[in-house]
Amino acid sequence: MRRLRERAIETVLFLAAASSVLVTAGIVGILVVESIPFFSHVSLKDFLTDTEWTPLFENAHYGILPLLCGTFLSTVIALSVAIPLGTVAAAFLSEYIRPSLREILKPLLELLAAVPTVVYGYFALLFVTPLLQKVIPSLGGFNVLSAGIVIGIMIVPYVSSLSEDAMRSVPGHLREASFAVGASRMQTAFRVVIPAAFSGISSAYILGISRALGETMVVAIAAGMQPNLTLNPTEPAATITAFIVQVSLGDLPHGSIGYQSIYVAGLSLLVLTLCFNVIGLWLRKKFQEKE
Amino acid sequence: MWDFIFAVLGLMSLLFALVTLLTLIIDLAITGVPRINFEFFTNFPSRFAERAGILSAWVGSFCIMLTTAFCAIPLGVAAGVYLEEYSKKNWVSQLIELNIINLAGIPSITYGLMALGLFVYKLKLGQSILTAGLTLGLLVLPIIIVTTREAIRSIPNTIREASYAMGASKWQTIRYHILPYSSGGILTGVIISLSRAIGETAPLITIGALTFIAFLPTPPVEGHFPFVNFKWLMDPFTVMPIQMFNWLSRPQPEFHVNAAATGVILLLMTLIMNGGAIYLRLRFRKKMKW
Repeated sequence: MRRLRERAIETVLFLAAASSVLVTAGIVGILVVESIPFFSHVSLKDFLTDTEWTPLFENAHYGILPLLCGTFLSTVIALSVAIPLGTVAAAFLSEYIRPSLREILKPLLELLAAVPTVVYGYFALLFVTPLLQKVIPSLGGFNVLSAGIVIGIMIVPYVSSLSEDAMRSVPGHLREASFAVGASRMQTAFRVVIPAAFSGISSAYILGISRALGETMVVAIAAGMQPNLTLNPTEPAATITAFIVQVSLGDLPHGSIGYQSIYVAGLSLLVLTLCFNVIGLWLRKKFQEKE
Repeated sequence: MWDFIFAVLGLMSLLFALVTLLTLIIDLAITGVPRINFEFFTNFPSRFAERAGILSAWVGSFCIMLTTAFCAIPLGVAAGVYLEEYSKKNWVSQLIELNIINLAGIPSITYGLMALGLFVYKLKLGQSILTAGLTLGLLVLPIIIVTTREAIRSIPNTIREASYAMGASKWQTIRYHILPYSSGGILTGVIISLSRAIGETAPLITIGALTFIAFLPTPPVEGHFPFVNFKWLMDPFTVMPIQMFNWLSRPQPEFHVNAAATGVILLLMTLIMNGGAIYLRLRFRKKMKW
């Protein structure tokens, strides 16, 4: 009786753990199933090469390029803010300051990630954009630049927190060896600790990239939701996520091509983030073998 | 010399991030706080900015939080316990672990798309509070699993051995020793995940949250037998972040003030919840010296 009970409990707990796999299967499955009908209307070639994305217009075009372009642009801007800031902050937290001070500063930094994204959208639209307009007078009310910068600030803690963990787990004797041959703190940080922690740091970067790619509300609010094939960050643009929001706000009948188009967009986004996650895993494996 | 420069650089990047956070809070507070009064909480949204309030939004947020907590906490804790205490090193458990790492990187809006296809259209749950709660529940599941595992992992093996030595079974050990001792860490994860869920906007827009709603869900208590009902689960909803987004996307600046006021409330709630989680984490780390 008791053994039966134990077995039953173990099975229930296993099912709970396995449900997380079901969630992934559900996401991938639904996105694929709902996307398939789309490609009977639109050829894959048009989808990948057409330079216009206007699925809801009379004369519809279904080229994903403008959305990819917007997503790429906002991600690059976000990363050029988050990676330097996050890495330097992580090195500083891990190598320079007292542990007691770190215990205060690290959670404070993590609060940045806790702010709701819609609040960041407000900040980008009504604070950062007017501020940037003082520097670049030609800047429009909606632009990718301020959205990207704000996303960058938002993902600083994702980058710094994981990088700092990785740097701190580098064994102390490596640092001592480096100091013993006369290296300074900075030389130790950059030539010893960061290379040794590279697998952890790279997976922090990858997580940052995934966050930036998938960030929705900031770009939906501040970037203008206009699919533009441009690499000019001062212009409005639409990202994959912003397009999904834009369509969802309207009233789309289930099964229409517009409805399918958000699944296609979602699938593209998932493939993109999955690629980066795979690269991240590969990097981690590669560098772990070397040690 | 270079050391000093780098230290200054490090301090500056930390301060830059923290000053930005402070600027955001102050900017929002200056615009929003004067708008917050009693009527703001008890009025429905309105065409007139000065009469509009967030009643339906905060009630909606509250109902959805309840649903989210109800489905995510048992599932997440159970999964965490299984992975830490039961799972053997085989491909199934490795698949689950890899999958949880991957889930953390999946954009939240794809959860919304999945929920729209699965819950709204396949399972016919409609664009309801239940759908929203389930969606957010699945979204925060990885957070709860990971923090539960960390909390359990920090319990030394001696506790388990002592329990087995007294003749306890595996489940009894978990039920009476492991879970109570790790409850602080688990609670931290629960608070963090709920604060994440309360600010989440994108997946709820995708499943069709209404942006203008001037009624409340069905009351859960009624005057006749059986006195409680769950009809509210199937009602349409809006939540505070969506209300804020809606006001923010209007051109009139008066509505932006409303958006800022909603933002202040949202920010206050998430910061309090996160502060509480940090406090709990510190307290339990100090108290538990194994």
